[in-house]
Amino acid sequence: MISRREFLQATAVAGALTVSGGLGPLGRAAAQQRLSQADILRFDPLGTVTILYLADIHAQLMPLHFREPSVNLGVGEVKGLPPHLTDAAFRDHFKVAAGTPDAFALTSDDFVQLARNYGRMGGLDRVATLVKAIRAERGDDKVLLLDGGDTWQGSWSALKTKGQDMVDAMSALKLDAMTSHWEFTLGADRVKEIVEAAPFAFLAQNIRDKEWNEPVFPPRKVFERGGAKVAVIGQALPRTAVANPRWMFPDWEFGIREEELQKQVEEARAEGAGVVVLLSHDGFDVDRKLASRVKGIDIILTAHTHDAMPGLVRVGDTVLVATGSHGKFLSRLDIAVKDGKVSDIRFKLMPVFADAITPDAEMAALISKAREPFAADLAREIGRTDSLLYRRGNFNGTFDDLICAAMMEQRDAEITLSPGFRWGGTLLPDDPITWEAITNATAITYPNCYRMEMTGQQLKDVLEDVADNIFHPDPYFQGGGDMVRVGGMGYAIDIARPMGSRISELTHLKTGQPIEAGKRYVVSGWASVNEGTQGPPIWDVVRDHVAKAKTIFLKPNTAVKVSGA
Amino acid sequence: MNKGLSGLSRRDAVRAAALAFAVGAISPRLAFADEKAVAAEIKKLYGDKKMAEGKIKLDVPEIAENGLVVPVNVEIESPMTEADYVKAVHVFADGNPQPGIVSYQFTPACGKASAATRMRLAQTQDVICIAEMSNGDLYSAKANVKVTIGGCGG
Repeated sequence: MISRREFLQATAVAGALTVSGGLGPLGRAAAQQRLSQADILRFDPLGTVTILYLADIHAQLMPLHFREPSVNLGVGEVKGLPPHLTDAAFRDHFKVAAGTPDAFALTSDDFVQLARNYGRMGGLDRVATLVKAIRAERGDDKVLLLDGGDTWQGSWSALKTKGQDMVDAMSALKLDAMTSHWEFTLGADRVKEIVEAAPFAFLAQNIRDKEWNEPVFPPRKVFERGGAKVAVIGQALPRTAVANPRWMFPDWEFGIREEELQKQVEEARAEGAGVVVLLSHDGFDVDRKLASRVKGIDIILTAHTHDAMPGLVRVGDTVLVATGSHGKFLSRLDIAVKDGKVSDIRFKLMPVFADAITPDAEMAALISKAREPFAADLAREIGRTDSLLYRRGNFNGTFDDLICAAMMEQRDAEITLSPGFRWGGTLLPDDPITWEAITNATAITYPNCYRMEMTGQQLKDVLEDVADNIFHPDPYFQGGGDMVRVGGMGYAIDIARPMGSRISELTHLKTGQPIEAGKRYVVSGWASVNEGTQGPPIWDVVRDHVAKAKTIFLKPNTAVKVSGA
Repeated sequence: MNKGLSGLSRRDAVRAAALAFAVGAISPRLAFADEKAVAAEIKKLYGDKKMAEGKIKLDVPEIAENGLVVPVNVEIESPMTEADYVKAVHVFADGNPQPGIVSYQFTPACGKASAATRMRLAQTQDVICIAEMSNGDLYSAKANVKVTIGGCGG
């Protein structure tokens, strides 16, 4: 049994910080509670096994800003439970003081001021410094480095090299194993090609070929660390073939496959595994449910929903880790194994403050070389922004407002639809909008920006369908992602209602008139999962819009009225 | 061993997975079956005989990856001896143009009462499985399969 130790080691340094009591937003910049590399690494070691965990890097080799959501609603049994807490509620729950580095890293309010104080986060050269330091402290034979997937997609260089820049960087980090989701949008052949050559394991117990129902990838791998056998079972996003274009991997089927997973756990135990880890791209709520149904998993390393939590969530004898996204955090778990079983776990979510951590020279050189062919393009300034541009939030994000405005103008549309992707960097007011910033929010392998007619009924059906994918009370029916972003049309949503009756009051914003079910509207959107979608790539649409506008200013988006939360 | 119950119509029944979001193949509104239609089919076969729950393992995905070819696996708990075996298994869906999906006949020689096939599901709906035992007992099981238009994940 894992001890009842309080897991809330919120970066373990929180206690050492001077809490900025009473400082207003503008005063916080003066607080300067910067962390040092030593603060970030500080950890009271335990046992003989250390797991280091990264997920959802989305191909971000370089430090960036990434604003966490201010709206992240849970439904059904998980309403109001972590990770469905934001801002003050999140800080209260995890005992994080406002204005601190942790508050900046984990919550969204006062983001601009804090970002100017604490600087960017992430960067694989910084991550490499932390990983090397921990390996040196613990010894290579005790440390396992795992990646939850969504690693090979999300930047221009990853798109152009078909993920090779990330594969090279993760190989240099001496990654032990990963699982996957967006990787599959490189196409089945490319994924197979990478996996065959990669020095790390690519694990997925829940992918089968359609013809024979045989596993496509190894389901698990057992590692010997610190005298213990650690079984790592991979779980790719169960909804990959629904969420992304399945024509890119037409012979594969996914699904949760609980029973097969249970068998994997039992086989691993029978082989003498003292620690059983599920390296999962299910998403947090799916994994929380799964942990209550599949027995014998010690640790679930969650991914997909991009949650970052400075504490573990326990379900029965299983603990869940949420390590955040975009390279902002590195999770460290020290595990004590006694009599062939986990006896204690100690956890720290290490924030990767780019200004505090000395970049690892080897990794910095590798990254620089990988980016070199694209460096001039990436740095090109297209325009500037007066507004904070961010992605996360259940219903809208200002970067998506920008994309919707671009489609509206460049594609002469009445209504625009932009997918509720949770990845892509954040730009601060006065930041340049570079080609890198645009492509960090748009770089996918199915970027065509379509223009077509849809009826009011079809628009409602789309919103209902996507809403059910997020707000279905049973997490097994959720697919991750946020609500589709809508330009030119307002609507009301009651998230507590069932499929088909959540969406109402559809309004054509330009005229103020209700959207008519039978009327046809000119709609532009991107990231269609259909093969053969026509239109220019979305990054060109956004570029042309930004170049024309020169400076982007966005009014607050009030087009979505939310109830039932 | 595997014959269609009602010759499922091959009409282009729409709303299969990835449709509406992008290229807008707009479909005619078809008449779909409902719970009553399924109940009527079952009544044709077994009258008003009582059904019990249990014995049936009905394995369908929570969310169809492709509404055109949704896997359905059924397995009925039975010793499959001359004295006690599964005689027939029927699968229905209550949201397709026709409720019948497939019927299987078994004999003790089958050794095991299990079967797998793929079905087309026009929309989110319940899949219903009925098993008839050699002594005439009936069992039923139901599972909902979500057929979504997809996209927007991640």
